[in-house]
Amino acid sequence: MLIRNLCNIALASIVLTLSGCKGGVLDPKGQIGYDEKNLIIIATVLMLLVVIPVIVMTLYFAWKYRDSRTHEIYAPKWAHSTKIEAIVWAVPILIVLVLGVITWESTHRLDPYKPLEGKGEHITVEVVSLNWKWLFIYPEQGIATVNELVFPANVPVEFKITSESTMNSFFIPQLGSQIYSMAGMQTKLHLIADEPGTFKGISANYSGAGFSGMKFNAIATPTQANFDDWVSNIKAQGNTLTKDGYYELAEPTENHPVTYYGNVEDDLFHTILMKFMVHMSGKNDISEMKGMEHKMDEHKDHSGHSDHSAHSSHTQGEE
Amino acid sequence: MSFLGKITMDAIPLHDPILVVTMIGIAIGGLVLLGLITKYKKWGILWRDWITSVDHKRLGIMYIILALIMLFRGFSDAILMRSQLALATNGSPGYLPPEHYDQIFTAHGVIMIIFMAMPFMVGLMNIILPLQIGARDVAFPFLNNLSFWLTASGAILMNISLVFGEFAKTGWVAYPPLSELTFSPGVGVDYYIWALQISGLGTLLTSVNFLVTVFKMRAPGMTLMKMPIFTWTCTWANILIAASFPILTAVLAMLTLDRYMDFHFFTNDLGGNSMMYINLFWAWGHPEVYILVLPAFGIFSEIISTFTGKRLFGYKSMIYASGAISILGFIVWLHHFFTMGSSANVNAFFGVMTMIIAVPTGVKLFNWLFTIYRGRLRITVPVLWTLGFMVTFTIGGMTGVLLAIPGADYVLHNSLFLIAHFHNTIIGGAVFGYLAGFSFWFPKAMGFKLNEKWGKVSFWCWIVGFFVAFMPLYVLGFLGMTRRLNHTNTPEWNFWLYLAAVGAIIIMFGIIAQVIQLYVSFRDREALDDKTGDPWNGHTLEWASTSPPQAYNFAVIPHVDDIDAWTDMKEKGQAYVTKASYSPIHMPKNTSAGVLMGATLTIFCFAMVWHIWWLAGAGLIGAIAVFIQRCYCNDVDYYVQPDEILETEKAFNLSGREGVKA
Repeated sequence: MLIRNLCNIALASIVLTLSGCKGGVLDPKGQIGYDEKNLIIIATVLMLLVVIPVIVMTLYFAWKYRDSRTHEIYAPKWAHSTKIEAIVWAVPILIVLVLGVITWESTHRLDPYKPLEGKGEHITVEVVSLNWKWLFIYPEQGIATVNELVFPANVPVEFKITSESTMNSFFIPQLGSQIYSMAGMQTKLHLIADEPGTFKGISANYSGAGFSGMKFNAIATPTQANFDDWVSNIKAQGNTLTKDGYYELAEPTENHPVTYYGNVEDDLFHTILMKFMVHMSGKNDISEMKGMEHKMDEHKDHSGHSDHSAHSSHTQGEE
Repeated sequence: MSFLGKITMDAIPLHDPILVVTMIGIAIGGLVLLGLITKYKKWGILWRDWITSVDHKRLGIMYIILALIMLFRGFSDAILMRSQLALATNGSPGYLPPEHYDQIFTAHGVIMIIFMAMPFMVGLMNIILPLQIGARDVAFPFLNNLSFWLTASGAILMNISLVFGEFAKTGWVAYPPLSELTFSPGVGVDYYIWALQISGLGTLLTSVNFLVTVFKMRAPGMTLMKMPIFTWTCTWANILIAASFPILTAVLAMLTLDRYMDFHFFTNDLGGNSMMYINLFWAWGHPEVYILVLPAFGIFSEIISTFTGKRLFGYKSMIYASGAISILGFIVWLHHFFTMGSSANVNAFFGVMTMIIAVPTGVKLFNWLFTIYRGRLRITVPVLWTLGFMVTFTIGGMTGVLLAIPGADYVLHNSLFLIAHFHNTIIGGAVFGYLAGFSFWFPKAMGFKLNEKWGKVSFWCWIVGFFVAFMPLYVLGFLGMTRRLNHTNTPEWNFWLYLAAVGAIIIMFGIIAQVIQLYVSFRDREALDDKTGDPWNGHTLEWASTSPPQAYNFAVIPHVDDIDAWTDMKEKGQAYVTKASYSPIHMPKNTSAGVLMGATLTIFCFAMVWHIWWLAGAGLIGAIAVFIQRCYCNDVDYYVQPDEILETEKAFNLSGREGVKA
């Protein structure tokens, strides 16, 4: 039975991937990634409880009741059995019930907006997707990088994410969850690396011609001290990212080299987030923007999720 | 604004050797085809019997021809993509730069969903549904012809974009802000918008037409709960179309206003919100996948019950399961973007709703299994497709439920795992279903059966190719490969990318085998002739007519007492009975209004794409004029005379009874 062999090969390759292959979502290096891998495995095993019997029964019934074997009981008018009907509705319902509970629980536990508990204070990185590169601003350290993300291992990282232009998805497969970056809106993601290392980061949402080159290395340093060294190295280089410098950087480029900025203009991230809130006159009218940002922060305190807060503040701004 | 709008010589992509070769190929092929039609003097037949036909069976055949042509184009795109990704590894750019490659994956998606799967489904429904309910035609025959030409117009527009300008480089979902003027200033997105709008209109009109047909034109005695299962699943699909396609129309209209008139529905600035588009798009897009797959479920049900020589197990269960799928299909759209940043409650709700769909789907699989149970299964080509589907689709369903868990989707979203999943359900579910239906109902539509040997070769190539092509994509998804990449630089992925390309080539052999099958069957059509109209010992009324059926389908509309109406008639000895005399039959006349409206609206859309306003106006006015003219036309019907009916019936019933004896 060719089909069955193929299925076996398919299953075998999935199992192989589960156990070995390096660098993917099944080779996690952080708590969120581990939890998501376990979730995938548990759900798959649960579903195989129905899937394997269905596949086996399909092939077995097709073989057993094939026309060339006429000695079988033939029941051409038999078309209903309450008992069987009850079972075929009940079995999937039970499985989905269990899966539903798992889904509800895990969705709340793995909510990207939820800070990681019991891991200490987090550091914050502001992420901006540009055509076609990633800008990382470290508000606490006052530095910024392009296409390289560095943070200490075993320290939770809070990412605040937005986009300059098209929609992208901020994703480091080995650390777990991804989330969209959208212009004029802020999303949040909390991740942690449980061990030092260099992990691939990508955009997981197509955004135009240079999309394939929108890659970065996410480097988890062994200690906080290593991270601090890295920060002071960059600070020592000088090189300020001003607002004008940012608009230059925002021009479309492909395969952008890693770039470091030892200084960042204050509130650059908020300026980027709020730039669409300002009427036509646009980018340079900072005083107006400042007022709106303030209102946005107030608003944020009341709402659990702030992805649409920029829009809420827009309404306030017009009042 | 110039006389020709935005068209310049640069619009023709002479710089791209692949496109130039394609264009030369199309030109030569087209000329040869036109030459042959002229040489054999077939223009008259083509115009009278096909292009202007309002006969649902002929329209169905034309839909399927359209689907097969677009399958070739969509599949060529697939081969281009797989070969690009197999070559563009280890940092090599491959042979398709993003400029071209991004159009190819967009076109592949649009073609396969809108211009392959939809016409294939609508074609099978056209041919079979009126026959199954014992009707002489659909409720609105002219509208049916118009629907076909609107669909064809969309397909033509799509193909024009190959020669003039470009197609969208946005992915088949055309998410803003990427699809807005700022980031997609070319005509590609405009082609996308107008091709989808015009074919979408055709699809919407079809659904209305078939809903009225089903609710008003069933044979006497056929209550809703005696309708054949394929008719039932098509009806659910039509309800979904009627409810969801207007959403697509509206969302595309809003995008059109953004692009043409500086509106700001989905732009980044001035209060636009791209997530509105994404929500609305999937409010159509998710029901759309059930529109594709429900009729396929109906086809499998018919095939299983026919070839086991049994009644369908759990007929009512099947209907309620389809209904449940239809309704649930409308409240799961958000699972396409769990990563938008909605709250955990929202994501969990949509995740759980999505999994609930697995329940009625699972029930269907069990019901097919218990239809086989204690039957006598003839392993024919349609049955092979069905068994292949049951195995393949089960895996696709499982990975679908996995993706429905937000926590799992956070790492699998947009990865090749997702690509593998939806091909697993759309190929393994919908396409296998249409191909099963194609070989099952081919004798009914064409009057001769298809060659079994080549059919089996095709099936095995398709299913083996499918697994070789798509199982590696699951692995690649786990390895962190996202979709729509143009080139890669990760050595661990290479093996799987090569394997997937091999799979695509195996599927190609499957498609070649189908072409050979069609040729061989046509050559041997005398030997494969179906004189009884009932080559498989079928259960439902489509098998009570001649193959191919007369324009009027049934000389006398049968009275229905059973779900398996034709089986019931055969058992009661009411099959193949010639009456002493027949009443004249009232039939609709052919009309050129449909094709003329299709042509003028194609001109309108083309002109809109290129901003040639005077031509757009002319095209639109032309279409309206043709429509008004049609409305005032009284010469729309004729009567088939009793003598003619008697002759046909005598010959058919004689060969039918001989067939039963043999």
